[in-house]
Amino acid sequence: MFDVSVRKPGVGKISIPHYPIDMVAANERAASFTTRSIKASSKLDALYCAIEMVDLTTLEGMDTPGKVKQLCGKAINPVPPAIQDKMRSFDKFRPIPKVAAVCVYPNMVPYAAEVLNGSGIQLASVATAFPAGQLPIDIKVSDVKRAVKFGATEIDMVIDRGAFLEGKFQKVFDEIIKVKEACGDAHLKVILETGELKTYDNVRLASWLAMEAGADFIKTSTGKVSPAATMPVTHVMLQAIQDYHEMTGKMIGMKPAGGIKTSKQAIHYLCMVNETLGPDWLNPEMFRFGASSLLNDLLKQIFKQVTGRYYYDDIFSMD
Amino acid sequence: MTKKKTKTKTKSKTKKTFKFEYDAAPESFKVEIEEKYYNFIGGEFVKPKSGKYFDTVNPATGKVLTKIALSNTQDVDAAVKAAKKAFEGEWSSLSGLERGKYLFRIARIIQERSRELAVLETLDGGKPIKESRDVDLPLVAQHFFYNAGWADKLEYIMPGKEVAPVGVCGQIIPWNFPLLMLAWKIAPALAAGNTVVLKPAEQTSLTALRFAEICYEAGLPAGVVNIITGAGETGAALVEHKDVNKIAFTGSTDIGKLIAKTAGKTQKKLTMELGGKSANIVFADAAIDQAVEGIVSGIFFNQGHVCCAGSRLLVEESIKDVVIKKLKKRMKQIRVGDPLDKNTDLGAINSKDQLKKIKDLVKQGQKEGGEFWQVESELPTRGNFFAPCFFMDQSASSTISREEVFGPVLSISTFRTPDEAIAKANDTNYGLAAGIWSEKGSKVHEVASKLKAGVIWANTYNKFDAASPFGGFKESGYGREGGRHGLLPYLEVK
Repeated sequence: MFDVSVRKPGVGKISIPHYPIDMVAANERAASFTTRSIKASSKLDALYCAIEMVDLTTLEGMDTPGKVKQLCGKAINPVPPAIQDKMRSFDKFRPIPKVAAVCVYPNMVPYAAEVLNGSGIQLASVATAFPAGQLPIDIKVSDVKRAVKFGATEIDMVIDRGAFLEGKFQKVFDEIIKVKEACGDAHLKVILETGELKTYDNVRLASWLAMEAGADFIKTSTGKVSPAATMPVTHVMLQAIQDYHEMTGKMIGMKPAGGIKTSKQAIHYLCMVNETLGPDWLNPEMFRFGASSLLNDLLKQIFKQVTGRYYYDDIFSMD
Repeated sequence: MTKKKTKTKTKSKTKKTFKFEYDAAPESFKVEIEEKYYNFIGGEFVKPKSGKYFDTVNPATGKVLTKIALSNTQDVDAAVKAAKKAFEGEWSSLSGLERGKYLFRIARIIQERSRELAVLETLDGGKPIKESRDVDLPLVAQHFFYNAGWADKLEYIMPGKEVAPVGVCGQIIPWNFPLLMLAWKIAPALAAGNTVVLKPAEQTSLTALRFAEICYEAGLPAGVVNIITGAGETGAALVEHKDVNKIAFTGSTDIGKLIAKTAGKTQKKLTMELGGKSANIVFADAAIDQAVEGIVSGIFFNQGHVCCAGSRLLVEESIKDVVIKKLKKRMKQIRVGDPLDKNTDLGAINSKDQLKKIKDLVKQGQKEGGEFWQVESELPTRGNFFAPCFFMDQSASSTISREEVFGPVLSISTFRTPDEAIAKANDTNYGLAAGIWSEKGSKVHEVASKLKAGVIWANTYNKFDAASPFGGFKESGYGREGGRHGLLPYLEVK
């Protein structure tokens, strides 16, 4: 690797610290969190906490207003109210919280906004020519502006991986800055697409570029490239967040996305956040799961913890 | 440290944060422990001729687990006789192929009973269940599998030469890795065609006695493996016995010297795996976060009860501050407590005596200046526990820099150049292991070639493998265990 520096408007040249990552040892450390055994009330608390961190997502070519509105309904009421009422007789039961956000394509933003308006749930939209990011910057910027105009409160942008791998870090950096400007008050999550960056050294460098350029969150993946989120990649990003916080005092959020399907996985991620960044990051303002099928598994496990028996899948609505 | 929370990100209400405390997650498997344990001699459990027993204690609770035979000279003699009889009888006439089958069988039974063995190891020795389950037991089985594979291939071990077994091997093992040390000793000895009398450490005999059951279950011929329990005197009787052809010892350098003195007057072959004060060298061009992990696993693995523990951290001066900051942060995450809890990272100190030794050395260290830092963790009120700690910037002649503490106590000093790192790393009477952390391959090789240590890890620490020889320079001992080299001390070359 080599030293990287970029020009930042109003600041001048800034250098991105060279910070090598040993892949074998990083994998090992990440794997150690999967041996954490979370039981009893700590498990139930973690499950509830995870629900509040879900960015409930649908990003399909076949998405329609109807499908998106249904998903938004699920975001507001993860469990049908009638069932929720029945559960109240169990001591350990607490009302199921709302998820953090719904994440949709820009075309779907107006429909999602209709349902989510006033619900307190954030409306996230992937913009910037998601998922490849292979379009000119002016189109990306207008993509973002349009999504914000129609009600998106959070923008999940993709970086230009082609430019990154070509060594054009300034281009990557400038685009994030421009998108951040276009976001206005909307919260910016920067997707690195770690499955295309391949090495942890690249992930670290891209994380730092994104944070310096003004990301509120850094996010692993689009979900369209395999592998999507992994524990080691997330851990590398969490450590970058920690170092950036040490250096600047700024707290950047983290969102692993794609491939987190089970409660067990979610709990291991929470252990990793807990033992890396600590409790300040254990809230939906600092940590999110980009997921869809995870929500129903969290519900299923909560019901199991509360009642002592497993519920069949059909009791929970599809998204 | 003040945390500035950026305003831009919150649209929200009151910031509630989730305090994630992990509830107790005890291993649920219950092992049966009998009221009394006898020696395993000639294929059966026999009462000690001494008629005496001693208590073995769970170091995490202080409770007595059971009583164990205290063997005297007569018991040792009976065990050696049984081993000699087996060696001269059936065992030495078996083909390597047949011997190998027994070892494979033992390996498989160990795997099948690994949960039981892991729980027992943790109960008796205090190490976290996470480690006995994920490190000790898999390696124990691996040593038997690995050596089983050699049993019928010994004619290739020294090309052009014939080899023969040594005879009766007396083996004395320590309390830090009870079953693993047993495997390091017994597996190659049997593969090479020897018979053994093994004495486990008096603090941790239970898994060795369980292993005796496994030998029985595997149908191993009587007398091939004999386990006698007891303390120093029992070990001394074994070392002195005239019919023992080889002594293999793992333990402290002081005892090792005594054994060498005694055995030196006889025809016995000898291997010694002794103490260490190993250097873990972190260069400025290392992958820092992973190096910090390596520092932690280097010294806090198994409560620091590891002969090759990376107990001396040498860190390049230019990155000292960032390494220390990250190390402190990481050390605060170490969960000290009930070894049977699956989330425990640092278990109980093996014995009261060892805890006292650690405390005394730390007290002495504090008198000698430098900086002392210890994690403020809530320790269990009963049992033997000690929070992880380090000393920094002490002189190279200080107690903590030179003495093997055998506990979760790290000594930290700095260096400026690779030459200085090498000189400091070698500045010890030991020479067991070393770690090098650098992303620059050429530097790693250069430094490794100049370190006087038997095991050198690059960008990792405390990695063990049955195929890899292990052993030390200088006062860390002689002979190697593991790999092809580990078989050689159990063979005579013709």
